[in-house]
Amino acid sequence: MSSLIEAEGVCKSFGGLQALTDCSLSVSKGSIAGLIGPNGSGKTTLFNVMTGYERCSAGEIRFDGESITGATPERVFGLGVGRTFQITRLFFRMTVLENILVATQRHEGWMRSVTRRAGSAAERQRALEMLDFVGLAELASSPAGNLSYGQRKLLELASLLIADPEVLLLDEPAAGVNPTLLSQLSDRIRDLNRAGKTFLVVEHNMEFVMGLCHEVTVLHQGRTLVKGTPDEVRSNPAVLDAYLGGGDDDDDF
Amino acid sequence: MKARLPARVLLVAIGIAILALFPILDSNPADTSIAEFTLIYMVAASAWNIFSGYSGYIALGHAVYFGVGAYSLTLLANHLGFAAGWGIFALVPVAGIIAGLVAIPTGLIALRARRHTFVVITIAFMFIFQLAASNFAFTGGTSGLQPPTPLWSAASYNDHFYYVTAIILVLTVALSWGVRRSRFGLQLFSIRDDEERARGLGVRVARVKLTAYVVSAIPVGMVGGIYAYFLGQIFPQFAFDPLFDLSVALMAFIGGIGTVAGPLLGALVLESLQQYFTEQSGASQVYLIIYGGLFLIVILLLPRGLIPSTRDLINRWRTRGAVQDRARDEEASRPADVVKAAGAR
Repeated sequence: MSSLIEAEGVCKSFGGLQALTDCSLSVSKGSIAGLIGPNGSGKTTLFNVMTGYERCSAGEIRFDGESITGATPERVFGLGVGRTFQITRLFFRMTVLENILVATQRHEGWMRSVTRRAGSAAERQRALEMLDFVGLAELASSPAGNLSYGQRKLLELASLLIADPEVLLLDEPAAGVNPTLLSQLSDRIRDLNRAGKTFLVVEHNMEFVMGLCHEVTVLHQGRTLVKGTPDEVRSNPAVLDAYLGGGDDDDDF
Repeated sequence: MKARLPARVLLVAIGIAILALFPILDSNPADTSIAEFTLIYMVAASAWNIFSGYSGYIALGHAVYFGVGAYSLTLLANHLGFAAGWGIFALVPVAGIIAGLVAIPTGLIALRARRHTFVVITIAFMFIFQLAASNFAFTGGTSGLQPPTPLWSAASYNDHFYYVTAIILVLTVALSWGVRRSRFGLQLFSIRDDEERARGLGVRVARVKLTAYVVSAIPVGMVGGIYAYFLGQIFPQFAFDPLFDLSVALMAFIGGIGTVAGPLLGALVLESLQQYFTEQSGASQVYLIIYGGLFLIVILLLPRGLIPSTRDLINRWRTRGAVQDRARDEEASRPADVVKAAGAR
């Protein structure tokens, strides 16, 4: 399988803090990949670099074989990379339906995307289908700010899906979501994966990651530690050290 | 929604009828003069709202485009030898376009910043233009410029300006309404709520913001031109006036920022009051105290502005019973939802 999105040798520092050092990650087309690591290991920073929100000081990001290093978030999305945020971000004062309609312009030129009416009948229909898919159809006309935390996560996912991206990068989709919504969320991710979508998921919830992902990459202190199947990663001593402490790293604390 | 549509159409029809008939019903020049100033501010507040209301970027420097429009019309009329009369109104769209062109570089610079920094930069531009107009020879320095004065009879003098401004007002409101309904408006609202996320959903934020900025500067430039022609003289401190920026923003806030009708209502109330008080008391700055008081009242009692707050009140009053019913239904349906979701597993 060829890799759809990959990061190679990425370095990123914030002032004196070296957040990422020679970090590499590749996500095979049609897979669900996991990215795990202890707090502060650089997962979200790597996400931000891959989606154009941060510039890396060295290294390369490629999407479908083409370099997208230094591209703006708008362009990265236009190519087909959708992302969600660790702390869920919505357009709070817009309705749930309007939230979903924002991303529908992905395949359009600029002039057409601004001059026409917001939400043709076909788009509204599709937006409602997306809402139905994530189980929020009944809330279509209520303000997005009224949704519960878990519902917001689902809305964030649905508002990416309407633009039909090739790969979805989900930053902690399970955090703060109740078990019922969580299983609904992983079901939806599996459904979409079966339909051909590629996923990269950052998550702390090990059960969620191990049950969902085909391959898992472990980050530790800004470096790629291990990459393998969930079982390989689970039994790898280096991973246990990183999570539980021990070895030479103890001096840091 | 469908039931409300005819009411809205009726309101618009009544508004246009009043707009068209006002100078016929009340032809007193003192009153039509108040009406003319009010229309100018209705256009300005409505246009300002297309950018600031919809995108959430509060610009306090649209006086730049008002002044550029005023000076453009005056300079063009004087240098191209336009005879005083209807012909000069042909320069009004030109003044708007020039203001729009000036908005491109100034917008590019100001929009590199966000929130508070953006506000400060727009204010700075206003003072830079005021200083420039006071110091350049071609703008007449501090003594300003005089456009040609038409020889219309005093009784109907204001009406000419009134009807031209009224046409611009209708076009500006139509534009504001169109933007609100369009994809462009949706993108502006998404920027207002969360610009970073909007980028992540492919909204080309830089282009969207600059386009809205330029679009909102054009009608402001047009009424700036009319203002210069109406007054028959133009000075730097009136053309590039910090009070213009505050007034326009206050009008939009009081009426309801981000709505189509809010800035119109705000301008209608504030500008006509101000002109009336100025006429009555002669003390031209008294209105500032009234502005402050009104603003406090709105902030305290109707924080979202007159239009949205009143709409909420009416809706709540109308559906008081229905809301209680719905709340009960929601309470009842919540456990069912959980069961349904669990079943889907």
